[in-house]
Amino acid sequence: MDELLREFLTETSEYLDTVDMELVRFERNPNDSAILRNIFRLVHTIKGTCGFLGLPRLEALAHAAETLMGRFRDGEQAVTSRDVTLILATIDRIKHIITELERTSVEPPGRDDDLILPLERSSGGPGRRGIDPAILVAFDEPDVQPPGEGSSAPSQQGAVAAESADAAGGRQQTIRVAVNTLEHLMTMVSELVLTRNQLLDIARRHEDNTFNVPLQRLSHVTAELQESVMKTRMQPIGTAWQKMPRLVRDLSAELGKPIDLVMRGADTELDRQVLDIIKDPLTHMVRNAADHGLESPAERRALGKPERGTIRLDAYHEGGTITIEIADDGRGLDLPAIKAKAIARGLAPAAEVERMSEAQAAKFIFHPGFSTAEAVTAVSGRGVGMDVVKTNIELIGGVIDIHSEPGRGTIFTVKIPLTLAIIAALIVSVGDQRFAIPQMAVLELVRVRPGAEQRVETVNGAPVLRLRERLLPVMSLARLLGRAGTKEDDDGFIVVIQVGRQRFGLLVEGVFHTEEIVVKPMSRKLRHLQVFSGNTILGDGAVVLIIDPNGVSRMLGAQGVDAAAFADALADMEETREEEVEATALLVFRAGGPGQKAVQLSLVTRLEEIDATRIEWIGDRPFVQYRGRLMPLVTASERLVIRKEGMQPILVFSDAERAMGLIVDEIVDIVDERLAIDPVPQRPDLVGSAVVRGQATELLNIAHFLPLAHEDWLRRAALPNAPVRTVLLVDDSDFFRGMLAPVLKAAGYRLVLASSVDEALEVLASQRVIDVVVSDIEMPGKTGFDLIESMRIDQRTRHLPVIALSSYISPAIVERARRYSGVEFVAKFDRGGLLAALAATVDGYGAAA
Amino acid sequence: MSAIDPAISASAVDDGIQYVTVTVGEQLFGIPIDRVRDVFVVGGLTPVPLAPPEIRGLVNLRGRVVTAVCMRRRLGLPAREEGAGGTVMAVGLEQGDESFGLIVDGVGEVLRVPAETREPRPPHLGGRWASLASHIHRLDDRLLVVLDVDAVLAFDGEGGAS
Repeated sequence: MDELLREFLTETSEYLDTVDMELVRFERNPNDSAILRNIFRLVHTIKGTCGFLGLPRLEALAHAAETLMGRFRDGEQAVTSRDVTLILATIDRIKHIITELERTSVEPPGRDDDLILPLERSSGGPGRRGIDPAILVAFDEPDVQPPGEGSSAPSQQGAVAAESADAAGGRQQTIRVAVNTLEHLMTMVSELVLTRNQLLDIARRHEDNTFNVPLQRLSHVTAELQESVMKTRMQPIGTAWQKMPRLVRDLSAELGKPIDLVMRGADTELDRQVLDIIKDPLTHMVRNAADHGLESPAERRALGKPERGTIRLDAYHEGGTITIEIADDGRGLDLPAIKAKAIARGLAPAAEVERMSEAQAAKFIFHPGFSTAEAVTAVSGRGVGMDVVKTNIELIGGVIDIHSEPGRGTIFTVKIPLTLAIIAALIVSVGDQRFAIPQMAVLELVRVRPGAEQRVETVNGAPVLRLRERLLPVMSLARLLGRAGTKEDDDGFIVVIQVGRQRFGLLVEGVFHTEEIVVKPMSRKLRHLQVFSGNTILGDGAVVLIIDPNGVSRMLGAQGVDAAAFADALADMEETREEEVEATALLVFRAGGPGQKAVQLSLVTRLEEIDATRIEWIGDRPFVQYRGRLMPLVTASERLVIRKEGMQPILVFSDAERAMGLIVDEIVDIVDERLAIDPVPQRPDLVGSAVVRGQATELLNIAHFLPLAHEDWLRRAALPNAPVRTVLLVDDSDFFRGMLAPVLKAAGYRLVLASSVDEALEVLASQRVIDVVVSDIEMPGKTGFDLIESMRIDQRTRHLPVIALSSYISPAIVERARRYSGVEFVAKFDRGGLLAALAATVDGYGAAA
Repeated sequence: MSAIDPAISASAVDDGIQYVTVTVGEQLFGIPIDRVRDVFVVGGLTPVPLAPPEIRGLVNLRGRVVTAVCMRRRLGLPAREEGAGGTVMAVGLEQGDESFGLIVDGVGEVLRVPAETREPRPPHLGGRWASLASHIHRLDDRLLVVLDVDAVLAFDGEGGAS
């Protein structure tokens, strides 16, 4: 049987079981749109795949059921139990056909108008082809099938067979293994490791060493076995792409558009779990690119573009994330149409939509039920897809971004963080418990002992370590975890950790080894513990908690030992604070790839082109003699290759004493742009990304590069020349706090975060100076209004300005917010509005105080 | 515990409800069998520092990480004496896509209880228990308090639990 067909059958059977269950749930809660969207998506997927495999009966059935469910979803029709029965009957029929397919590899002959017609009648349609059902029944005899339908199926089947024969030669030898089997294997290996360790332990305690040789062999084999089994979890992304050429070929034929598919980085390995989750989204996006993105050949000719459209898939590892790009060279997003549709659908008020930047407007395509395609085709255009794509990607903590340029194409960038993949971790211990620290954050290990050369000293009770002429703040992990360590606070190992530009030491009692671990998410009940990012099962079967360096850094910050880091952050802010609101002059360039990068022009001292032969190397660091001094050079991208000959453009950054040359490939332009900056997680080298000249552009965080040239560049006391305001941000959603924090920081505010009203009140009751409170209104338990009320009774906090955020603004909420003086109201996703309100509130407050 | 009355179980088999019975302290509790994934012996518990007190730790159960919830603490009972009884038993549950294990003092048999013996929970049942018990069944020799599994798992984890 065709591999594709077999895979389709396996998947579909799984889907159908889910649909059955979901439908029954749905009938009970017809208002639950989440369930409906789920069912709709499943049926849609079945339909889509059937189309490509040439299964007309299945496709027609799924299409009719989907149409009816689309009406439920859009609220055009109330759900009746008759309709649900009808859909269930349709699903039974689909199952029947699938059983036959499994047996014979072809769809059984027969017609399904007995179901399709009632489905269409229920959808309010006139019945297919507008013919009276009675006549159709007569028409329905197998021998009077319309000629087209009878003949098309076999020919498509033929195509399938030919394809699979072609492909079989080049395909890697694989077999399908149930995931459960793999998981089981994994567990068994873990148990084996455990047993081996016990054996080794026993052997060590015995004099008799006849066991040693076979034991060593056992040990070795076990280790290798473990490694191999671990590897079974990793798969190249190419496995998810296998279907793409076929898909694109079929789409190409169906849509009458010649399409080239370019795939790069197919060997980039991903965790199986991640791969499973992103498979469907990728397929959707490729489908969309072919259907909506690319123009017809005639259109392309008229525009002077090559007739053949191109869809490009790229995958690569980058800065601790896996990045996948899906790009087409088509017409780009039709932003006016998207805006119009957003207004028509009531997703946002017209005035607001008009003011939106292109990047903001483009994000409407991620709304459920949003589709700008005018015709509903079999390929896509039902508005299913992009919302599901986004949901699936966010489910695994990833982000998706769109960048589109009219007439040039659209690029979807999917970044998946490493949290789901396997990471290397350093296993350490405190007392009798082990913890894992992500290796990525670990710079070095220092053994400390009282009286030894390397020892922990204290400054006003705060432990510090002298490390190469710098003082490193030290925190004992035992204390951090609220347990008294079994040893003193000055004996053990210091794990030197770098988070962003903050560096600190974590004192642990023991250090074991580095192990590849599979990160598992924390239970919901434990997710509020910021010191842990997840947990994992070690090779010996023990569950171990993973320390979150970011969380520890935040906890350190909360304890007031971040003075140095604060000065750094301040320097950072000075550079970036203007960007958010006003048009900024930007220098646009390329470095290490085709993508645009930019820095604020005001930061650049000079643009230079130097003769590449003048670049000198000291060790592995490049320098150039510049104005009588040796100036260190830093590349703007890890992927950039420094030229050996010809002219090399550089951007010079300097202050009174120092200068640094930032090497770029090409200077593109200087532009004025109003920026909407999106933070890019896990990229300290970027302020964020923004659309510049209609293109996705990475904004470099120069503060990241300066220390690469001169380690101490930012360490000198960057004296604040403006008072820095401290904002208390209260929101229960990690995601939202994570999204907003960099924006506020970039705008020059110092931040204190709280995840609940109680936490916020605790902060307010403490000695910290807070200038303004930004709080979400809708939170589980105590709401933002409760916070405001509590603040208003306390003498110390009653005059503090509050900015209330709400994703849902009803007149009642606005009215309620108005009752409190000093409360500003801002829509939750309106960053510009928030920053404007903050600026107004803080300045006004400062002036009044 | 010869709790199954043969006369009843023969006639009312179809509308009887099945519970996995567990003991915590002196009390017999029932957990609806359709919520129980498995019953296991807790070994190798990893405590979670700073966690809410109800959470005893994390357990590796055949490759799944299970959050172990202490029923005694959940019910406001004193901790079990050290060394009382060798093995620690837990009832495995699922909520959403997460696995939990309720640590109990002992796991009994699976009971099919006739619906007629069902009683609402007494109004004067102590605070915590009132929120955790969904109803009570009269057995011949004792009372079976039926746990509302979702209520048992609905302790404050997200906020700053103290």
